[in-house]
Amino acid sequence: MSDLAMTEKPEPAADPLDALVQGGGDGYKYGFVTDIEADEAPPGLDEGTVRFISAKKGEPAWLLDWRLKAFHRWQRMSPPDWAKLNIASIDYQASTYYSAPKTGTGPKSLDEVDPELLKTYEKLGIPLGERAALAGVAVDAVFDSVSVATTYKDKLADLGIIFCSFGEAVREHPDLVRRYLGSVVPQGDNFFAALNSAVFSDGSFVYVPPGVRCPMELSTYFRINAAKTGQFERTLLIADKGAYVSYLEGCTAPQRDENQLHAAVVELVALEDAEIKYATVQNWYPGDENGKGGIYNFVTKRGACRGARAKISWAQVETGSAITWKYPSCLLEGDGSVGAFYSVAITNNLQQADTGTKMIHIGRDTSSTVISKGISAGRGQNTYRGQVKVMPKADGARNYTQCDSLLIGKKCGAHTVPYIEVRHPGAKVEHEATTSKISEDQMFYCQARGLTQEDALSLIVNGFCKEVLKELPMEFAVEAQKLLAVSLEGSVG
Amino acid sequence: MSKLLEIRDLRARIVGGRDILKGIDLDVAPGEVHAIMGPNGAGKSTLSSVLAGKPGYEVTGGSVLYQGRDLLALPADERAREGIFLAFQYPVEIPGVNNMYFLRAALNAGRRQRGAPELDASQFLKAVRDKLKLLDISDDLLRRAVNVGFSGGEKKRNEIFQMAMLEPKLAILDETDSGLDIDALRVVSDGVNRLRDANRAIILITHYQRLLDYIVPDHVHVLSEGRIVASGDKTFAAELERTGYAHLGTAA
Repeated sequence: MSDLAMTEKPEPAADPLDALVQGGGDGYKYGFVTDIEADEAPPGLDEGTVRFISAKKGEPAWLLDWRLKAFHRWQRMSPPDWAKLNIASIDYQASTYYSAPKTGTGPKSLDEVDPELLKTYEKLGIPLGERAALAGVAVDAVFDSVSVATTYKDKLADLGIIFCSFGEAVREHPDLVRRYLGSVVPQGDNFFAALNSAVFSDGSFVYVPPGVRCPMELSTYFRINAAKTGQFERTLLIADKGAYVSYLEGCTAPQRDENQLHAAVVELVALEDAEIKYATVQNWYPGDENGKGGIYNFVTKRGACRGARAKISWAQVETGSAITWKYPSCLLEGDGSVGAFYSVAITNNLQQADTGTKMIHIGRDTSSTVISKGISAGRGQNTYRGQVKVMPKADGARNYTQCDSLLIGKKCGAHTVPYIEVRHPGAKVEHEATTSKISEDQMFYCQARGLTQEDALSLIVNGFCKEVLKELPMEFAVEAQKLLAVSLEGSVG
Repeated sequence: MSKLLEIRDLRARIVGGRDILKGIDLDVAPGEVHAIMGPNGAGKSTLSSVLAGKPGYEVTGGSVLYQGRDLLALPADERAREGIFLAFQYPVEIPGVNNMYFLRAALNAGRRQRGAPELDASQFLKAVRDKLKLLDISDDLLRRAVNVGFSGGEKKRNEIFQMAMLEPKLAILDETDSGLDIDALRVVSDGVNRLRDANRAIILITHYQRLLDYIVPDHVHVLSEGRIVASGDKTFAAELERTGYAHLGTAA
């Protein structure tokens, strides 16, 4: 077991600024590797791999067929090249597509979970078990490819809420899975979504029944542990009529010299009057300061507002990964439905991010809000790419987009690429964009009040991101602020 | 009386430029209020910047001792935590950062340096209320982002409020009177006067004698072409008002 850069995770601090102060330290804090025997598929990808994964998971024939169909589509597709990203070509035959901690069949309770795993989660500060009760968070932790433990299931079950691993949902709630799987992100949507559809190993499933307000934040924590393993989790979240759910997702990975692929698919379905809030703090290993290693985060996230007055809101804080390619989007199908996207993306050193959203206005009186804050430091390249599309029948559609970029230093870049496509004469679409640099005057003003250079930078950056950070649930907001501070270490002075 | 600040033959310039300060000597003891006056371009703002540690300036000679320590060796943030406060001529806007939050961060940074316990939210709030009352400032400034959208007068009041909260040993007020109308000047001056204390020294940097009608200094110095060319007691300011700077000429 090698604790590469692990330090004790500081206690959550009440004051977010204290958190910033404590956040200072030594680089990537989550870069430890857990030594666990893993049950792996042989490297490489062919039809046999897909069958292996499906068999390992004991899946029904319909799902195997679904996977194979996706696989055959994927074989005919090529990776997207339109993003402003410099990606070394990926050898899909060198990766391992399934890695499960060896514990036989899935654990029934926390007691059955490998203690090494639990220790890992402790290091990550994930509130499992009793700690979950204190924090009021139900956690579905996905370690490499298998969902390890889902806390709080019983309490949620009393309300009729289903929150379980994807694999379990396939066994226990096949009708729901079958009805909605691929209904928001079709198999052939893009190269990475097709790949995921073929080889996804596990993930989370949530169903909130009509009229139920989920009383706690649901949370998934993803971690890539095994070397040379891709992680392809799949999240499917359905809020039935009038339901409400808030969902959090956190991600870390060990420090490794080679790049690792993370190609997830998240599908959200909000029916009439339902509301879904989906928050992500993405802190995959970004690679070292010379750009060696790091996660390729190629993720497809999309939500469909299927019913009238449905609401979907995405909030993301993207600090990690060598390359981020991610556009959480909303299909505003129902009349009066509402979509929102709040994003903070940081690139430092040689990190690259091409991220944004798509807001597709289909129904009448649909509205969407996009607030994007991009921060570039070091030699980082940060692109906002967003599409606002108003379809011919979307009477009264409105969109407001605000893209702000902050530059730290002289070698980084910020790019804004909005696509606005309006096919309705009455649509109201606003786009505002700013690019600014942290001024020496701001830094000096903070320092003249006693704040260190790091604290001053954190303060200014957090102020810049405030409109987004306030959309995050409290416990995530604190972690996000810490991550902002850590991500920008060494970028001034 | 022991000195708080001892400036000896201080020479400084903007990096790469010519010397602006050409040999400043000044002693400041706790409790004293010194006014430094002089025409534009005399080096007043350079002096305050160098004392506060603003980047972009370099010291080319002389020394500054603060509480017996070499001040010039300390970075700006450490000087602040050690009790030096610069009230900015042009306070800087920090969008998205709540004024209260900023102030608490600054206050606790100083307390940590002194080994004092940090103030929690309720202790901090109490301290804020006490100071607001002392300075007769309304609390609407506190809810807004640091200096964002503040009028000129509000910015200056906010500086004095920060000074009250941070309780510096040495406060340098850089042209705090500039751009203020007479009412705002009175409010700000009253605030400063209430913060006069036997343990606190204040350096007022100003272009106009008018400020000294409201804040009466113990010592008045005239800065011209990078040197202090004349000093006197509080009556000296009134004399300058009559005679102007011109007859003092430039230093030999």
